[in-house]
Amino acid sequence: MDKFTTHTGVAAPLKRSNVDTDQIIPAVYLKRVTRNGFEDGLFSAWRSDPEFVLNKPEYASASVLVAGPDFGTGSSREHAVWALQNYGFKVVISSRFADIFRGNSGKAGLLAAQVDEKVVQKIWDHLDDHPGATVTVDLESRTVRAGEGPDAIEDSFDIDDYTRWRLLEGLDDIGITLGHADAIAAFEDQRPSWKPVTIH
Amino acid sequence: MGKTLAEKVWDEHVVRSAAGEPDLLFIDLHLIHEVTSPQAFDGLRLAGRSVRRPDLTLATEDHNVPTVDWDKPIADPVSATQVETLRKNAAEFGVRLHPLGDVEQGIVHVVGPQLGLTQPGMTIVCGDSHTSTHGAFGAIAFGIGTSEVEHVLATQTLPQAKPKTMAVTVNGSLPAGVTAKDLVLTLITHTGTGGGQGYIVEYRGQAIEELSMEGRMTVCNMSIEWGAKAGLIAPDQTTFDYIEGKPEAPKGADWDAAVAHWQTLVTDADATFDKEIVLDASTMTPFVTWGTNPGQGAPLGGVVPTPSDFEDEQDRIAAEKALEYMGLEAGTPLREVKVDTVFVGSCTNGRIEDLRLAADIIKGHKVAEGTRLLVVPGSVRVRMQAMEEGLDQVFIEAGAEWRGAGCSMCLGMNPDQLAPQERSASTSNRNFEGRQGKGGRTHLVSIPVAAATAVRGTLSSPADLEA
Repeated sequence: MDKFTTHTGVAAPLKRSNVDTDQIIPAVYLKRVTRNGFEDGLFSAWRSDPEFVLNKPEYASASVLVAGPDFGTGSSREHAVWALQNYGFKVVISSRFADIFRGNSGKAGLLAAQVDEKVVQKIWDHLDDHPGATVTVDLESRTVRAGEGPDAIEDSFDIDDYTRWRLLEGLDDIGITLGHADAIAAFEDQRPSWKPVTIH
Repeated sequence: MGKTLAEKVWDEHVVRSAAGEPDLLFIDLHLIHEVTSPQAFDGLRLAGRSVRRPDLTLATEDHNVPTVDWDKPIADPVSATQVETLRKNAAEFGVRLHPLGDVEQGIVHVVGPQLGLTQPGMTIVCGDSHTSTHGAFGAIAFGIGTSEVEHVLATQTLPQAKPKTMAVTVNGSLPAGVTAKDLVLTLITHTGTGGGQGYIVEYRGQAIEELSMEGRMTVCNMSIEWGAKAGLIAPDQTTFDYIEGKPEAPKGADWDAAVAHWQTLVTDADATFDKEIVLDASTMTPFVTWGTNPGQGAPLGGVVPTPSDFEDEQDRIAAEKALEYMGLEAGTPLREVKVDTVFVGSCTNGRIEDLRLAADIIKGHKVAEGTRLLVVPGSVRVRMQAMEEGLDQVFIEAGAEWRGAGCSMCLGMNPDQLAPQERSASTSNRNFEGRQGKGGRTHLVSIPVAAATAVRGTLSSPADLEA
């Protein structure tokens, strides 16, 4: 996984709550056996509408998505994270993420930055006034920044310490866990014998 | 101080705990299907890793599989490749697989319990959010993404931050004709889709204790629909009776040792929860959704709500968008909403008890003109059991389509999909936009409402059939 420290990019406002993973990528697009190529399914139902935010030229190069609360609810499909990444997104900002989506983001290297609902509204207002404006997301200082001068937005975002550290270092979870192989083996040795197995 | 059930099960599975890091949890059972596993196996291959515990891993094919002509090659080449990839991976890594055509094939969350692999006090994961179903047995069970699937394959563990605990206490008894599905839909409308976020939830109280294992699975299944990490129910005699004699259940002295341990899996009297919700089952009625998330529901006897009645601005906007998508007018009695397709099945309501209840209501009636009824058993075993009891004939004589086992129209990944603007009454778990097919409109309902709706062609309860 690549290290993530800070990112500045065009921010696209997605003014909806409860953007579930079936909206992010419908099930019919989940049939690939690779981790790439899912950008065609991203928000596929909405992208058929010419007025949809990602179809507007000023957001053509968007890499930061600013969405309403309860982003990523529903299915556990990590394809939702891959679809956002394959399309070019590095960061999603929302006031609340579904647990599994947030977990998947941390594993795959997409930054899920949780901010206060008022911050989402401030960024949306800023983007209404300045379509195509950029937003900076700084993982080291846990801040989001947008705009300049007296109207500049600077606020903090939440991310758990462990995920932040892994993203900053670009670490592979499995490698970390395999470093504790002895502890796993010791645990296995004391499991009750009546616990079920699938192969006898 | 005492511990909650969830804390007991969690603590029994901690391999390693360190300050500032998530706990490393041992996983007792890892369930796998064709959609969320190919990239995980690929990752293992690239890193030269093996599956640490194939004997704690079970695979089946469910999301993609056709429910007609399942003895022929899968028509969609992309689906066929995904299923074929699972077969190759299972063979290469030594994982037990129940493929299409096998007598143990079916929806992964129906297969685990019916094999007796799902037992109290376990940790169970699967690359599917409805893994919460297994919590009905007093297990901590939750859905994971593909990176985590790879992690479990390689290490049989998962790093997990310990969630908070919540009690949902449902007092009183459910009235006749009101089911576990109505209970959980009522709860989700009460909490919203994010209400359970960050919590492992224990469902308890008289109404929960009175549920069958099938009903408990229905409740736990939908834990994820209100955002909970997992949902579980303390094991009791109902649980033990369900497990005893299942193919992979403990036997002899092992059974006695297991039950002795399972009986300790209750929340201690002096344990505290971080949060508690209390509901009264005796006032619950048949409950259906009108919108595009499972928290947008109302009693069947009510009307389509008016968006301006919602105090919260986000709720108001969401309701407006939902009514537009669903093609519904505010104020319309829900009983007047005409339905094109009724879907009976899924990991929420595709077990034998569900099919028995549906058949019992449909018997002697015909499916309404202009309405189709799809009955999709949750597994091949459920299908065979239903046929042994003659339920298939009840459905067929009523004019229903009697299908093979799988996820089917719950998520429309196989050919079982809604057409644009087609309206369904579905016993499944999600009414998201396009979930059952692009442009499709879904109302989540219980088994009795589904059966009565199939007969009348509009959202209905069995009481309407007597009128």
